[in-house]
Order: sequence, then structure tokens, then C-alpha cells
Amino acid sequence: VPVAEKRLVDVKLGELGSWLGTRDFTPNGILASIRKGHDRYYNKYINVRKGGIGGVAMLLAGYVALSYVWEFEHLKHDRWRKYH
Amino acid sequence: MLSRLVLVSANAAKNSSPLGAGLVQLSRLHTSPNSQAPVPPLPEKGGKTRHGIFPEELFQLLYPKTGVTGPYMLGAGLLTYFLSKEIYIINHETISAACMATVIIYSVKRFGPDVAAFADKLNEEKLQKAEEVKALAVASLAQAIEDEKKEQWGVEGQHLLFDAKRNNVAMLLETNWRERVHTVHNEVKKRLDYQIALQSLHRRMEQEHMVSWVEKNVVSSITPQQEKTSIAKCITDLKSLAKIQQAKATV
Repeated sequence: VPVAEKRLVDVKLGELGSWLGTRDFTPNGILASIRKGHDRYYNKYINVRKGGIGGVAMLLAGYVALSYVWEFEHLKHDRWRKYH
Repeated sequence: MLSRLVLVSANAAKNSSPLGAGLVQLSRLHTSPNSQAPVPPLPEKGGKTRHGIFPEELFQLLYPKTGVTGPYMLGAGLLTYFLSKEIYIINHETISAACMATVIIYSVKRFGPDVAAFADKLNEEKLQKAEEVKALAVASLAQAIEDEKKEQWGVEGQHLLFDAKRNNVAMLLETNWRERVHTVHNEVKKRLDYQIALQSLHRRMEQEHMVSWVEKNVVSSITPQQEKTSIAKCITDLKSLAKIQQAKATV
């Protein structure tokens, strides 16, 4: 199976560079990958008969984590110790 | 952008059914005109998650190498690392986060099943309404089929109707024909009777005329002399006859 068609989980570490080279980084390609990712997540966790809380909870948790990451520069001043 | 995504999918998934079902159908329409195969049914349950936020795939990924406690050890190690290096900083927000987490977990554990049952009930009602519409349509179409079959059966019997009508018409024609033949017969008979009456009248008149003519001639031919002599002869004949009678009577 050629490198370009493998999924990321199947790509070996040594092939990572060449695999990245085959990816489509044009704006259309990026939009397509975003849409595909959204569809995969949506169809797996939300688009079901009896969805659980996991579908929404994972998105909220991700939002919390991401907002913490963006706020880190401000929070750095609240540190208890200067040297770790 | 992610937050907006979260809001949309939160609305869509909170009920896990009514809105979700509506949005669901939108994403599963036949977008290409080629495939007319029936859309596969929705999966029953979503992907599994442990403790609500960690996908089961992570645990399955680490199981061969680290066993059951692997991901928990990973979590504990990461937490210790973040705390000790103060990548996660403990401040007032930590306390509020802890309080909110408590409230959220308690409410989910307590009210989760009820909300899920309510959402499922809403979905059931929707499905039932759609089913009713479908059943109604099917019933009406079946009724239409029945009516059509009845019509076809009725048409088969129409030829009997036409036969009866044809018989009626034939009878009318026959009656009319017979009436006219009767009329003709009567008319002809009348004319023939007239001719017979005429001929008999002729003969009678000729007879009577002839008789009266003969009588008249005879009477006129009796001269007075002949009349006297004939009367005298009659008287002598009568006298002689009387004599004979008298003679017979005395004998």
C-alpha cells in the first residue's frame, strides 16, 4: 500500500515526512479535511439513535482545554513559584 | 469557531433525538442522483466513552502494552507533571471549576436517564406520526385498488346489461311490426268488403229492377177485356170448386 493512501495511525515514524508531503495543504484541501473530520466525529458520536453525553461532553472538554491553552500567557503571572 | 460548533452540536445532541433527528435526516439525504438504494438505518448507540469525556479507543490502544490501568496511570502522570511544572496553575478558577464539575456530574448522574427517556419519547412520537401518515396513505391506496377491482368486475357484467337492452329493443320492433301488419290486414279487408258489398248491391238492384219491370209490364199488358174474361173464368172455377166441395162434404 503506497504511503500516500495510508491513514495517519498506520504511518510509521520514518515515513511521516513523506506522508506529510503528500497531504493537500491548499485552502480547499484544508477545508475538505476539516469537513471530513467533522463528518467523522458527527456520524460517530452525535448522529445516532441513542446518543450519550460523550458526544457533547468531549467537545466541551476540548473547548475548555483549548481556551486554557490560549489563556496561558495571561495565567503565567498567577504562578505560585517562579522556578520549577 | 469551535465554540460555535459546540453550540450547534450541543443543540443537536442535547435531545439526542428531535432536533437531532431532523438535522440527522438532512445529512443523510441522497445527494447524488445516481444512488437510489435505501439509506441505511441510524446506528443505535454512539461511540463509547469512559467517564463521559475519554473515548474508549484510547483504552483499547493502551491495553496490549499497559493492561487495564495504563490510561489511568497516564492520566495521573500527566496531572502530576502539569501540576508540578505549573503548566496547570491553581488559582481561583480552579475552585470554581471544581464546584461546577461537581454540580455538573451530580446533575448528569441524577437527571441523565430521565432526560434521555424524555428525548426518546419525543422521537417516538415523531416516528409514530410519520408511521400514521404512511399507514393512512397505504390504506387509502389499498382502498383505491379495491375500488378499481370492483369497477373492473362491474364492467364485466355490462354485457348482460347490453343484452337486456338489445332484447327490449328487439321486442319493441317486433311489436311495432305486428301492429302495422294488423293495420294492413284490416285496411285490405275493409276494401275487399266494400267491393263485395258493392257487387251484391248491384245484383240486388238489377234483380229488383227486373222484377218490378216484369210486373209492371205484365200488369200493363192485362187489357180490360182480358181482365173481365179472366175474372169470369175465376168465378166459374170457384163455383165449380164449391160444387165439388159440397159434393165431397155430403159424401
